[in-house]
Formats: sequence, structure tokens, C-alpha cells
Amino acid sequence: MRTTTFTRTRIVSLVVLAAIFVVLALLPTFYHGYWITEITDILRYAVLTVGWVIFSGPTGYMSLATAAFFGLGFYIAAVFNGPLPFVLVIIISGAIAFIVAMLVGALTLRLRGVYFAIFTFALVLLVNSVVLEVERLVTGTRGRFVEQESTNVAYWAMLIVFAFTLVCAVAIRRSRYGLALQSIGEYEEAAAHSGINVVRTKVLIFATSAFFMGMAGAIIATRRSYIDPGIAFNMNTSFLPVLMAMFGGMGNLVGPVVGAAVFTYLGDYLLSHIPDLFMLIFGVVLILAILFMPNGIIGLAQQAWRKIRGGGGKQLESEPEGGRRAPAGR
Amino acid sequence: MHLLEGEQVTKHFGGLAAVADVDFYVDEGEILGLIGPNGAGKTTLFNLISAALSPTHGKISYKGREITGLAPHQICRLGIARTFQTVKIFPHVPVVRNVMVGSLFGTGRRTSEGEALKKAEAALDFVDLTPLRDVPAGDLTLANQKRLEVARALATDPHLLLLDELMAGLTHTEITEAMGDIGQIRGRGITVIMIEHVMHAIMGTCDRIIVLDHGRKIAEGTPAEIAVNQQVIECYLGQDTSGDEEDAGS
Ligand SMILES: Nc1ncnc2c1ncn2[C@@H]1O[C@H](COP(=O)(O)OP(=O)(O)OP(=O)(O)O)[C@@H](O)[C@H]1O
Ligand SMILES: [Mg+2]
Repeated sequence: MRTTTFTRTRIVSLVVLAAIFVVLALLPTFYHGYWITEITDILRYAVLTVGWVIFSGPTGYMSLATAAFFGLGFYIAAVFNGPLPFVLVIIISGAIAFIVAMLVGALTLRLRGVYFAIFTFALVLLVNSVVLEVERLVTGTRGRFVEQESTNVAYWAMLIVFAFTLVCAVAIRRSRYGLALQSIGEYEEAAAHSGINVVRTKVLIFATSAFFMGMAGAIIATRRSYIDPGIAFNMNTSFLPVLMAMFGGMGNLVGPVVGAAVFTYLGDYLLSHIPDLFMLIFGVVLILAILFMPNGIIGLAQQAWRKIRGGGGKQLESEPEGGRRAPAGR
Repeated sequence: MHLLEGEQVTKHFGGLAAVADVDFYVDEGEILGLIGPNGAGKTTLFNLISAALSPTHGKISYKGREITGLAPHQICRLGIARTFQTVKIFPHVPVVRNVMVGSLFGTGRRTSEGEALKKAEAALDFVDLTPLRDVPAGDLTLANQKRLEVARALATDPHLLLLDELMAGLTHTEITEAMGDIGQIRGRGITVIMIEHVMHAIMGTCDRIIVLDHGRKIAEGTPAEIAVNQQVIECYLGQDTSGDEEDAGS
């Protein structure tokens, strides 16, 4: 949307980004260890968080449906991986999550505020119990075994899905949809009366974000040998991306990624070292983050950077002259 | 055929008939005034035309086609744009991009971003907001936010523009300028319906006036006719020197 000005900083950041991806892509060829799994997990949450931010960031519609779409992908992988090639399974998972999100979105996106959040929360429980019932009645099973993929294959798959998610997120932000979503978030009524088809826009982008979540679910499922609905539709999958996005900041897309990385690592670290205090410390960190970093860790970093550089940066000190001014008095 | 026509348009809120059996029309090129005491149903009528609300019964047609039942964005794309009594802007979005929302989505044609930007800039120029184009809209003064709403509406290429109390809260000078703007808007071939409490502005700008009271149309005519209409004087004009109270600057 903005005219792409290839400034030096822009080129530098693109080169840095490309370098990071190359290093990450080559990592398993010279390193075999704990970090492959850890980075897969970080990328999983990065996909979920960026996916969540694509829709909920600009619109302010707080979706708690992430676990439903992730879980659907998870289950589809359990059923189809093996009979179908892994790549196809990932794409099908995304597509089914997309379709379900379209249907759900058409029903729920007329709801506003807390009603929307509650409905999407209920959706996770609903999908969970539907899957549970289908298993009980149709297949007579509870849970199933999964055709596993190797650590490296899952890692690469997640890296590709992450790159894809990030590229799409940037593209959406810069497209006309970016402006449409932002204006919906700022004043939905005005957006509608200015010609934006708000329902269609919301449903489409909500479903697009579900696509990425479904793909992430399919990949993570193949890291396990056995899954059941309780694992697939774990509510934490809905809450964590929200917290990670808040922690990182939603002003740009670096925030959600950094938030996902920090929180995933912190969570895994706490869980393995002090499992008893895990939730407590996690909660305290989050509350502090929300209280003292309203724009997330990236917002904080930008603020610090501005201080170091001196001056107010881009902030406008006052409204520049313009518009018509009436003379004082009458 | 009238440009816009309403037949027995009615809106109930619970037991309250906010708009009751109102017949109205506006012809191409006209400036129609809509006046009446607070709570008369003026804004509700705009909400019905622009599909923010759907009528309890009655029917509204635009260019001979019934438009009741359409969505707000469809009404806008057909060529009916509006502003709001309480401004509704996108506060964190730069001024020029506020207007671009209109030119990008509201014209009813597929518009490229370059074209939308040009159109937005032209609209901003018309309302004299060009120097503030990159400022977040929330930082503007109320008067400028109202201009921004006009620019956003104009950027949708409307045939019919609904202005809801554009002049409320403006100073005398600003009101005079706004009156000039409305004349220029008509000069571009845009038909205008304006709700206003500022009497001298209404009387000086409109070709025809409709008076609402308690949801009903109680009078209709030229400004000269309305000014001497006994019923209008009793329930509205007589009650105060209304315009001069309303327009005290903010
Ligand atoms: N969404 C709504 N729900 C319930 N009642 C409403 C709604 N909108 C308007 N009303 C009521 O309908 C009546 C007409 O309101 P409306 O806003 O149309 O008046 P108005 O003529 O624009 O008045 P004002 O000059 O004060 O702007 C009022 O009694 C108002 O309280
Ligand atoms: Mg009103």
C-alpha cells in the first residue's frame, strides 16, 4: 500500500532477515540437538501469534479460537499423515481450518467485543466435543496414533510455514485489506459507511489467519506418536498467542515474533526447571509486561532507541499549521 | 423520477416512533434542509437512508430502485455518502488515509491505490486540510475532523451527500465557510440533504426544507414558506433563537 521506498535501512533489514532464514534453514545440517526441537516450538508459536495478529491485531476482535483451528490441523494430520504425503496433509489442514473459520466467522463476526471472544472460546469446546463424539460413535476410538515425521522434517516444515505466514502477514498489511482492517478496528460503523464490506473483510481475514493455525497444528501433531482431543484442543493454544502478542507488541510484526520466542523459551525453561512455580512466574511476568510495556517489548525497545538517539524521533510535538483557523473571538 | 424518495418511512424503537410515516423526496441538484427540535427523528432518518438502521416499514428508493434492505457499504457504493452528527473518524490513521478509505472502497468501482490517493488528495484540498494530511486524524480539532468527514464522503464520488449537523460547534466564520462549501459541492453536481440547527445557514443555503417533529413531517416548503409557517414557529422556530445558541464556537 505504501509506496515501497527502498531506503538503506529497509535493504539492511531485508538482508538481515534473509540471512537469519538461511542460517535457520541450514542449521540441521551441522547441528543435531535440543535447539532443533526448541526452535520448532518457537516457530510454532510464532506462526500462531502472527496468524492471530493478522486478524485480531488491527480489528481488535479478540479471537480465542486459535486452539480450534490448530486442533483441527492436529487431528487431520493424525488421520491422514501416512496415507497422504506430509506436504499435502499440511495444506489440507490449512484449507479445512480456513473453511471452518469461514463458516464460524459468518456466524460470529456480527458479534462485537466480549461476545465475540466468548463465542470463539466456546467454539474450541464445541469442536473438541464434536471430534470426541465422532470418535466414540463412528470409529469407536479415543485418540489415535500418528504417523511421525523426523525432527528435522518437522523443523523445516515449520520454518517454511513460518516464512509463508510472515510474508502473507506483511502482504495483507500493505494491501488494501490492511487499511480496511485498521479502519474496522478504529470505527467499524464509519468503515461500513465509507464503502468497506466489513463482514466479508472480517470473515476472509479471520479464515486466512486460521489457515496458518491449521498448518501449524498438522506439523506439531507429527511430533507425537499418540494424540487425543484433549491434547489437540488444549485451551492454552488459544491463550498463549494472545499473551505473546501483547508481550511483544502489535505495532509491527517483529513484536509478535519476539514475544513468541521469549515466551516459548521462558515457558519451556520454567517448565523443565521449576515446574511448580511455572504458572506463577509466567503470570507475574505477563502482568508486569502489560503494566509497564503498553506497546510491548518492541515498543519499549523503540522508546529506548529514541532516547539513545536523542530527540523525539518521529513523534509530533504539536499539530502543524493548517486547516482554516477562525480568528479568536467572534 | 426523484433522485431519492421515501414512502411512509417509519422506525420504531420499542414503543417510540422515532420516524413515523414520513414521505419525502429529493431531486437531482437540490439542497434539501431537514430541521426540527431535538429528538425529532432527523438523524434516525439519515440512518434509515444510509442503512445504519432498517425501517420498521416503508420503502426508500434511489434512482428508481428500492434500496431498503441493502447494507451500508452498498448504499455508499451506489453513491449516497454521509457524515455523522458525532464525528466518526479513524483516529490513529493519518488524515490522508482516512480519506483514502472512501476513495478506495466507496466509489463502487475497482480503484487502484494510486488513483485512490489522488482522489483523496483532491478531496483534502477541497476542505483545506492538505497541510495536515499526515497527522493522525485523532489529533485534529473538531472543526477539522468535520472537514475530514466531508472529504472522506466526497472521496466516494457521491451523487447524494447527507450532512448531519455539519455546523454544530463551529464559529461564525467557520459556518460562513461551510455554507460556501455546500454551495460548491452542489456546483459539482452533488445533491445535498443537510440537517442543521443553525437557522440562518439553513435558510440561506437550502432550496427546500422539511420539518420533522416527534417523528412526523409537519411542514415542507421553501425557506420563505417555512419561516412563516405557524406550526413550525410554535414547535421549533419560536422556542428560541436556536441557531445563534447552537453555533457558539467550541
Ligand atoms: N438506536 C436507537 N435506539 C433507541 N432509540 C433511539 C435510537 N436512535 C435514536 N433514538 C431515539 O429516537 C428519537 C429520535 O432521535 P434522533 O437522533 O433521530 O433525533 P434528532 O432529530 O437527530 O435529534 P438531535 O437534533 O438532537 O440530533 C430520540 O427520542 C432518540 O432518543
Ligand atoms: Mg441528530
